Amino acid sequence: MNNIIPLFVILPLAGAFLNSLLGRFSKLFSDILSNIVCILTTFFSFVILFNLNLSPNNILTYRVGGWVAPIGIMLVVDHLSVLMLLTVNLVALCCCIYSISYMEKYTDKWKYYALFMLMLAGMNGVIITGDIFNMYVFLEIAAIASYALVAFGCESEELEASFKYLVLGSVASAIILLSIALIYSYVSSLNLADISLTLSNMVDVNKVYFIKFISLLLIVGFGVKSALVPFHSWLPDAHQSAPAPISAMSSGVLIKTLGIYAMVRILFNIFGVGQKILSIIVILGLLSMFVGVILALYQWDYKRLLAYHSISQFGYIILGIGLATPLGILGGLFHLMNHSVFKSLLFLTSGATEYTLGTRDLRKMGELNKKMPLTTFSALIGSMSISGVPPFNGFWSKLIIIVACIQAKQYFAGFIATIVSFLTLSSFTKVLKYGFYGKSEVDHKNIKEVPGAMVVPMIILSLCCIFMGLLLLPHIRQYFLDNVVNVLQQGTIYATKVFELR
Amino acid sequence: MNQYLPYILCLILFLIGLYAVLVKKNLIKIIIGLGIIDYSLNLFLVLVGYKKQSIFPILSKDTQIQPMVDPLPQALVLTAIVIGLAVTMLMVAIAIRLYEKYGTFDITQIRKLKG
Repeated sequence: MNNIIPLFVILPLAGAFLNSLLGRFSKLFSDILSNIVCILTTFFSFVILFNLNLSPNNILTYRVGGWVAPIGIMLVVDHLSVLMLLTVNLVALCCCIYSISYMEKYTDKWKYYALFMLMLAGMNGVIITGDIFNMYVFLEIAAIASYALVAFGCESEELEASFKYLVLGSVASAIILLSIALIYSYVSSLNLADISLTLSNMVDVNKVYFIKFISLLLIVGFGVKSALVPFHSWLPDAHQSAPAPISAMSSGVLIKTLGIYAMVRILFNIFGVGQKILSIIVILGLLSMFVGVILALYQWDYKRLLAYHSISQFGYIILGIGLATPLGILGGLFHLMNHSVFKSLLFLTSGATEYTLGTRDLRKMGELNKKMPLTTFSALIGSMSISGVPPFNGFWSKLIIIVACIQAKQYFAGFIATIVSFLTLSSFTKVLKYGFYGKSEVDHKNIKEVPGAMVVPMIILSLCCIFMGLLLLPHIRQYFLDNVVNVLQQGTIYATKVFELR
Repeated sequence: MNQYLPYILCLILFLIGLYAVLVKKNLIKIIIGLGIIDYSLNLFLVLVGYKKQSIFPILSKDTQIQPMVDPLPQALVLTAIVIGLAVTMLMVAIAIRLYEKYGTFDITQIRKLKG
């Protein structure tokens, strides 16, 4: 069973290779190939989930090339990785189906699919790897593919956004590489579990300062990748300019995988995070929440508004995880899953309106509820989920985060979280009124619903939004979400668990 | 003091690169700045594995076993150089396209995105 772990990287890489080799001869070939790859990876992540609960220690490992752990590269899958794998591959599948029709207007669709597959390979690689330099390499693969995808249309705005993203992303990668070099020079190992064990057994007066310094470097590096507030300036431009499925991918899963997953894995499971670092994370979360939503209120461009809301919802995730109580971590990780689903849904609806109307300006939209009923329905579900209206999934995760804030006696944080939720609701009332239900100043006689390949993923994601709250029912929760929380709660026990299995 | 000199050189290189990225207004100069940051980090990685008076880490039958430098950072540097090459290529390609669209390399004049 462990042998299917490397398939998460191999399949998309093979997809990218075959697309760039044979895609130019047939459009149909690259459509079918990419979708099959996404279906397979989604299927395998469910297989891994069901096998994980049967395996000892709830952890699966794979040795690349048969080398023993601290020397060779090891792939490790535990419940946190499975949560990320499920979200990444499900969203990727939806975006891939959506691209069949949406990307028709661009030339060279096979190049798009090749880059898309590379990005998927990079993200899956970051999630399953157990080696810190390997993580950096996969992170760069995903990041480079996403830089190229943001510039895919080659219009002036897209190039400008991509260059901005490139410069900030490269500086962030440099900082991450610097911290990896420092870790290697101190610990003489690159294996995540080995680093953790060596650090905990080491007797050195400077160890505490070293861990604090590296943690700060990593927070800055991964903070730029995940667009936390002082480092957020690239995100609105990049997500506004990219093709809609790519905005959905990068807002939904890319920044989470490259940013939050990598940061949380290293800080919680490897270093065993301290109280001061946690309070920095909480403050960053509060800042992101508040600043993101305030900036979003002014926007009239649909995709730019959604991009600012990504920053704000990211604040919730970071806040929940930063509280470090079981309830807070549960809320943060559940919100991470929910946000991937509803934010990609909203970006897909923005792509649908752009596809038919040719504009993203909310003031030029309107009266779409009769002409495009399914898109309007999806936008309604997505808006209600993101603004936390019961019974949609966003409500439950926000509720858990706010309750966790109050339990942890962080009343101010709970207050801000509630206010931001109201502001989000008001912002999305604007979207629904101007964009979909209100009177329109422009004549919309000739428009009709988008093609089936674009409707199906929106419906799948809407259904996810409606039913994902069920994951919190005690029996299901015990099976999946509680195990994920345990991974972060147990902290550095991760290392001993991995080494028992090597 | 003497043994810290190479590390100080690394820091100086890193800061020069950062200065170019933050202050310079020309796209090409920014790209060069990012290149300098990459090189300073590669140099740092090599220095991490360096040991005084030691040989290269290749063991053949007739060599004596002596202190050798750590080979792992050298492998890492090779990977990092390849990644840096890919990023630089992409950046130069985008800069050329930007020049075609805007007719300038000056970033103060390349601003259609706002809000």
